[in-house]
Amino acid sequence: MTPTMTPTQRHRLLALTPFDRLAQGWQSLGIQASHRCVRGPETGMAMVRGRMGGSGSAFNLGEMTLTRASVALDDGTLGHGWVRGRDKAHAELIAVVDACAHHDHWARRIDSELMAPLEQELDVQRQQASHTAAATRVDFFTMVRGE
Amino acid sequence: MYVAVKGGEKAIANAHRWMADRRRGERDQRELEVSQIQQQLGLAVDRVMAEASLYDPELAALALKQASGDTVEAVFLLRAYRTTLPRLAETLPVDTGAMRIERRISATFKDVPGGQVLGPTYDYTHRLLDFMLLAGEEAETTTAAPQGAEEGLEACPQILDCLNHEGLIEQEQDDGSEPYDITRDPPDFPVDRATRLQMLARGDEGYLLALGYSTQRGYGRNHPFAGEIRQGAVEVEIEVEGFDEPVCVGEIAMSECQMINQFAGSGDTAPQFTRGYGLAFGRNERKTMAMALVDRALRAEELGEPIQSPAQQAEFVLAHADSVEASGFVSHLKLPHYVDFQSELELIRRLRREHAERTAATAEAVSDTQGAGTRPAPGEGDSTRSEKAQTANAQAKNVQENVR
Repeated sequence: MTPTMTPTQRHRLLALTPFDRLAQGWQSLGIQASHRCVRGPETGMAMVRGRMGGSGSAFNLGEMTLTRASVALDDGTLGHGWVRGRDKAHAELIAVVDACAHHDHWARRIDSELMAPLEQELDVQRQQASHTAAATRVDFFTMVRGE
Repeated sequence: MYVAVKGGEKAIANAHRWMADRRRGERDQRELEVSQIQQQLGLAVDRVMAEASLYDPELAALALKQASGDTVEAVFLLRAYRTTLPRLAETLPVDTGAMRIERRISATFKDVPGGQVLGPTYDYTHRLLDFMLLAGEEAETTTAAPQGAEEGLEACPQILDCLNHEGLIEQEQDDGSEPYDITRDPPDFPVDRATRLQMLARGDEGYLLALGYSTQRGYGRNHPFAGEIRQGAVEVEIEVEGFDEPVCVGEIAMSECQMINQFAGSGDTAPQFTRGYGLAFGRNERKTMAMALVDRALRAEELGEPIQSPAQQAEFVLAHADSVEASGFVSHLKLPHYVDFQSELELIRRLRREHAERTAATAEAVSDTQGAGTRPAPGEGDSTRSEKAQTANAQAKNVQENVR
């Protein structure tokens, strides 16, 4: 079995998952890989861009806080983590998971035992939110005049 | 002109201490937690983030707590904090078409793919005070979890893109240019639309609301319709080393307004609907509507419309939109201007003295000659006076510069 996700797909899920949930999932996975930080974790900003009319030329909307970390495993494998906000532990953990996933034997377990449930949970949450929004959808009815 | 004034340290320390005490309120009340502000005063938090131009709900809530709920002061605090952080990245332009919709309405098309979704809104409420909230009892409707439908939402594409088969609505084109950034280089008027949108996005909501309203009342009228308003969460992506593709770093809440406006056309262009655009962090619907109206008004020159109204004058509108700059300059009037004012006092005294002397001299001359043609020609006295005033002003300026 080969790993099923790309590093980009993993990163997205890792960044969208709240830190507490991610830390708990990572711990129960039991992958022991000591690491050191080679950059950060540090908090800064990203300039968020929009498009005129949603689809036109880009413009700078405003900034958001952003935290990044880069780690190296003992064997030198690098991993990177970027996450909106100021949670340094979150960025570091994303980088650790990213680094570990460069090893195929770990990547298979990470994808099947961590990423798959996280993806499912995110889907369920988004489904629920979608159902809540759908309950406020307007059903128009047309008044018929005369016969 | 300001001079260094020493002293007052003790008074200032005590004033700040009193302020902190005021902020805390009666001690038998529980202290307000930042997380409560973030959760329960979310619209205030969103406004602070938008106008501070920094998306961080927790820090915006902290700023509101620290400022005792003063929005402009909270915006100032968060904007100041922003200057302490390094810029790590620019995001890809957010795809608002892929927004996870909470709210999405159109005032121009009834039947739209995905439908009209009201979301959490104060629209259609009766604006009657809810005394249940005052009694500390939550009304049944507020404690109950929101209702869910049996089916989820269908896809909600951008209405103006999908319902424009006839090409009656102006289409936005991406020219691929790198947008100007006012946080790196100060705006240099006249400015392009990207710069205008960046400045409007951080502009004070009340100010933009008033200007937008003025266009509706006839000052630069452009017949707006709310083509689409949407709110929800958007994933944010950046390009970083170590990844082949842009990576998602999280989600942010956003509001967007697409206004469509009448346009009679010009020599080159057939009549069509033109567009104004509003985009903001958080749930900021009113802000985005006002922003879209003002964005459209500021396109007057580009569209060849006569520029006759305040909302159409870019430099006027944009140079005064930022509440941090505006409140800073107004507030500076509180700083000691003792020397400045002293020189003005002296000037006024001298002018009054001269005025009195001149009046007395004229009265004497009139009584001497009984109006026999020796009166100074009209305006002569005035010009002498204004010359003197100019000299006095120049002197006062010299004094100021010496002090500086």
